Amino acid sequence: MPNRYFAARHSNALPVGAAVKAAAFDYLAPRTLDQALTALSAHGDDAKLLAGGQSLAPVLALRLANPAVLIDLNRVAGLDRLQTDGAGDMHVGAMVRSRTLELSPEIARAQPLIHAAMPWVAHVQIRNRGTLGGSLSHADPSAELPAVAIACDAVLTLRSLRGEREVAAESFFKGLFTTALAQDEILTSVRFPGWPATRRCGFIELARRHGDYAIVGVALTVDIDDSAKVTAARLVLFGASDMPMRARAVESALIGEPADAALAARAASAAAAGLDLRSDHQASAEYRRELAQVLTRRALVQAFSAPAATVAGAPPGIAGGQQ
Amino acid sequence: MTHQIRLTVNGEAVAREVEPRLTLADFLRETLDLTGTHLGCEHGVCGACTVVVDGRSVRGCLMFAVQADETSVVTVEGLAALCPQRGDAVRRGEQQLSVLQDAFRQHHALQCGFCTSGLLTTAHALLAETPDPTPDQVRLAISGNLCRCTGYIPIVEAILDAARRLRE
Amino acid sequence: MSLPAASAEHASAGTGAGAHTTAQIGRSLPRLEDARFLTGRATFVDDLKRPGLLHATVVRSPHAHARILGIDASRARALPGVVAVYTWPDIAPIAQTIPIRLGPLPGFEKYLQYPLASDRVRHVGEPVALIVADTRHAAEDALDLVDIDYLTEPAVTTVHQAEAGEALIHPESGSNIASRYTVARGEPALAFAQAAYTRRETFRCHRQAASPMETRGLLAEFDRESGVLRVWGAAKVAFFNRRWLARVFSMVEASIELIEVDVGGSFGVRGELYPEDFLVPFAAMALGRPVKWIEDRRENLLATNHSREIDCVLEIACEADGRIVGLRGRVLADLGAYVRTNGGVVPAKAAQFMPGPYRIPNCEFEVLALITNKTPVGTYRGPGRYEANFFRERLIDLAAIDLGVDAVSIRRINLIGADEMPFDCGQLCPYEPAIEFDTGDFPMAFERALHATDYVALAARNGLGADGRLHGVGLACFVESSGAGPAETGRIKVRADGGIDLFTGCSTMGQGHETVMAQIAADVFSLPVETFTLHHGSTTLVEYGYGTYHSRAVVMGGSALHLAAGKLIAQAGAWYAQRHGLEPSMVAYRGGEFFHDGRLGSLATVAQAAQAGDATARDAIEATATFETKKRTYTYGTHVAQIALDPETAQIEVLRFLAVEDIGRAVNPLLVHGQAIGAAVQGIGATFLDELIYDPQGQLLTGTLADYLLPTATDYPNVEAITLEIHRSRLNPLGVKGAGEGGIVATGAALANAVAAALASTPGYAGVTLTELPLSPERMAALLRQARHSAQRDTQTPAGPAHRGARG
Repeated sequence: MPNRYFAARHSNALPVGAAVKAAAFDYLAPRTLDQALTALSAHGDDAKLLAGGQSLAPVLALRLANPAVLIDLNRVAGLDRLQTDGAGDMHVGAMVRSRTLELSPEIARAQPLIHAAMPWVAHVQIRNRGTLGGSLSHADPSAELPAVAIACDAVLTLRSLRGEREVAAESFFKGLFTTALAQDEILTSVRFPGWPATRRCGFIELARRHGDYAIVGVALTVDIDDSAKVTAARLVLFGASDMPMRARAVESALIGEPADAALAARAASAAAAGLDLRSDHQASAEYRRELAQVLTRRALVQAFSAPAATVAGAPPGIAGGQQ
Repeated sequence: MTHQIRLTVNGEAVAREVEPRLTLADFLRETLDLTGTHLGCEHGVCGACTVVVDGRSVRGCLMFAVQADETSVVTVEGLAALCPQRGDAVRRGEQQLSVLQDAFRQHHALQCGFCTSGLLTTAHALLAETPDPTPDQVRLAISGNLCRCTGYIPIVEAILDAARRLRE
Repeated sequence: MSLPAASAEHASAGTGAGAHTTAQIGRSLPRLEDARFLTGRATFVDDLKRPGLLHATVVRSPHAHARILGIDASRARALPGVVAVYTWPDIAPIAQTIPIRLGPLPGFEKYLQYPLASDRVRHVGEPVALIVADTRHAAEDALDLVDIDYLTEPAVTTVHQAEAGEALIHPESGSNIASRYTVARGEPALAFAQAAYTRRETFRCHRQAASPMETRGLLAEFDRESGVLRVWGAAKVAFFNRRWLARVFSMVEASIELIEVDVGGSFGVRGELYPEDFLVPFAAMALGRPVKWIEDRRENLLATNHSREIDCVLEIACEADGRIVGLRGRVLADLGAYVRTNGGVVPAKAAQFMPGPYRIPNCEFEVLALITNKTPVGTYRGPGRYEANFFRERLIDLAAIDLGVDAVSIRRINLIGADEMPFDCGQLCPYEPAIEFDTGDFPMAFERALHATDYVALAARNGLGADGRLHGVGLACFVESSGAGPAETGRIKVRADGGIDLFTGCSTMGQGHETVMAQIAADVFSLPVETFTLHHGSTTLVEYGYGTYHSRAVVMGGSALHLAAGKLIAQAGAWYAQRHGLEPSMVAYRGGEFFHDGRLGSLATVAQAAQAGDATARDAIEATATFETKKRTYTYGTHVAQIALDPETAQIEVLRFLAVEDIGRAVNPLLVHGQAIGAAVQGIGATFLDELIYDPQGQLLTGTLADYLLPTATDYPNVEAITLEIHRSRLNPLGVKGAGEGGIVATGAALANAVAAALASTPGYAGVTLTELPLSPERMAALLRQARHSAQRDTQTPAGPAHRGARG
């Protein structure tokens, strides 16, 4: 997705001459996963996978990358399914579009955190093309879906000609635009574990404008037992550092405590602990630290005050990015 | 190496050979001479190049023409033909306006007119999906379309007015 | 004209249905030009195709400051599809520097730019070579193949570095100070010496880009047979640009046609003469083939004029009751790497408009126009005014707090009243004579704004709200010049089919002139607006034109057409008189027809006679008139902003924004309203979002629209405008004033005052002074942090300083 600070990250690499048309490349449109894997294996470093293209196309247009081959996954059969298995886990194909996630009643019911996050993802034209797999593989540190995947404890299936392996979302992200994907691997689907009745979620982000990537955002799930005590928590900060990170100090401060506003405030004070906070022309590390704490508290309050298994995230605000 | 694509553009079947790096927007503008689709940034932010592909609004600069093989594309040039018309023709009326287009005119929802095509296609897709949107829904729907002239307020009014007239 | 001289007023625009059919001026008529834009049939320059068309791209400097040791374009020239690569030696025999069109400040001549860099580049994005190829793709592919050997030099990126002069950007000039001058009125030294109260603050306004949605573009074609050079893509000031091109290419002006097609916004930056305006025609002439160049968005942010970046030290002197007796200061304007066509206007107007709509008898401003290694600046909607209004209005609020008067009363007692018009402003601009405000009642517009927003009630709620946010309301008053002379020409010609063609030297970039000019002509001819077709902008249409800037098109171009229309009716009437042996005064004109004891005939009849070969008729059906003026019209008004600031996240929501402006008379209220609202949102966005940020090496960090943030539909929904039509101008036959810029000029000021009021009214946050734009979250977070620290300090050590600089 393009609504992010190209220049902040690439200023010295950006070609300064006019360039908005991609350099020439060969285009492959495999129909099966095996064809795609074979092509990827054959072209190696020279190839880029094209999913929704909403991040890749601007990168190509600005000639920040000049791959020799694009392997388009849009015609690969079987990557756009969305289904729930007998255990209640939801399997989302890598090529399922953001807009499908946003509008799916099944997602709204079974995976409320995804549902809560989707309206914050860019703009409708981008969501109409952008895909789950593309967003995760691109690994933008400020994107919503990687954080949601970690908060949901999602498991990613990676395929290559060598075989298939599963990687927990938390281990998938390795750094700025860096993932556990090997050069010959394709992310094919993501398994979101079933949503227990005791689970609630919170989602909040602060961006310069609606639809921009977050300066800082928080995606979280908490399990709250009958005595209103937190039994489990996964709280992910995004935008704050080079990749989405669990705030483990906050999580451990929550466990066993009564889920109330006081706990939210207490636990949130540790939100930025141990994080290597980013600093750029939009926000200093200091500002990001303040936001991490405030937004963590607010997201916790959302989750605590929402009825179980319903969406806690407020819809995106109109005007001034108000939360 | 070029690729053969076949698609429908504004209801007409089109077949062309295209270079892979040609964007859908450039294909429409340069190959088909449908210059109503405009390029404001070519890096996916401004929304001026928005067209409707298989019923969904997409950024024409972020999709390659070769990817549009076997799709149906609607551009601003095709909107009037596809939309309900208003009865009276517009003056110097090369052609009639759709309800949405007419609402833009009545509400002065365009000044320089450069972003207008993308806003119309975006709004067209919105109203097809959400015939009775709230003002906030309209604002969110067009939040990916930049306009430097109008301040958006008349655009929102025009879309709401068109929605009302289309429902009646 | 049948409109009453008394005031008309409209808070919002209607559709015009049911309006007078006779008077077209004053009708909210939907635009005649809309249909082609709505159906995708408009023609912007990139929509043009010509047989044998070539495509150009510009190789630009990646360095802010470097010497060019060598250029080797052989790899680029060898690329299939590349037709030519031009560098400095190719253009050197004829190249001239980009001319100064407006704002020639003393000393500027040493800082001019050639269309291509020769031995030194001075900003990232400066043109170094032009590539021409068969396709745009090939031209872009060749960009990386021009090998340029640079030796980088230290970059100067702030006005303070520039003034210090450790690194010289134009070494032969001996200084980075392109111009330094002082203007004054009254006796400022004495006033400050005797004042009861003074306060000095240092302000800063950030660098912004106008960012019209359509980037620049040109298509040039040279017909070797006829020797005619045609350039499509003209905007704003086609006639000036043609004159310069004719000189550079040693051609007669008549052999050059600059043709205006549809233009996707200007806001001051588009249509000025840029390096590409030479390079593209140069390539077309050298190659004998049409050449098109379309700027990309990154180029637009790097190479199209920037604006607004000014540091200002400003000092105010008041009586104890708040009467302002003096204003003085130092304006440090960052002009970027070169003086271009109108860069001097920015600092010059900032100084000239520093006193604003207040009488302030004693003023003195030192202006420094400084050269830095950044993109050159030019005018952007309300040049200098946005900045000056922010500096002054902010300082007035600070003074009010010090003096214990409120923001309303300090303005009320200083605003210039109707009985003081015309008001002599003195000479505060070195290249202009003394100016005077023509008409107006500044307190009236101010009171209207207060009343419309229920300001007093809002202000009573300043401070911490029930929602946990800091609420504040801010005021800013302004005066805005418009209708720049010296002249504009209008030509009118009746067609045999009864239609009437209007020709103007003004350009249009989205303002709706095709409708507005038709309305103006319709009233003179008493004919429906549909009768008229406006032809504008191109140098082929009228002998001489000045273009569109400084909100001048309706004032100047409209008045010229108004005069031409009257002239044409008189000519046609005389033609009938002669045919019927009557005195001209005996022929009456009504609704396109002429009468004397019955109907004599119509305008169309005369045109038909002309078509049939009647020479006298041919003379009668065409009229040209030039409207000249040396004086400008002045609109004025007040902006009111109400905001809520989240002290935890530093996010600001604009709860309400109102722009009130008296423009004298609105030809088309619907369009005027569109200008006001659009300008206000543009200014609000600029105050919070837009910011061109450079790193210390002079690299632009905000070089895409993902980084340079323009407001979207979700950002500022609560913006209103009230257009008053109270005090018409007496300087033109229509009584109009310009309407394009008043909506933007006080946005930064009002919003900053609103945020400052929110902070000042909340315990724990009052100890900070807001003096810089933009009001970005990062800046607000820093200010909030500072406020909290200062509050903590104050609780430890009571008695903080209250009245800085207060005397007596």
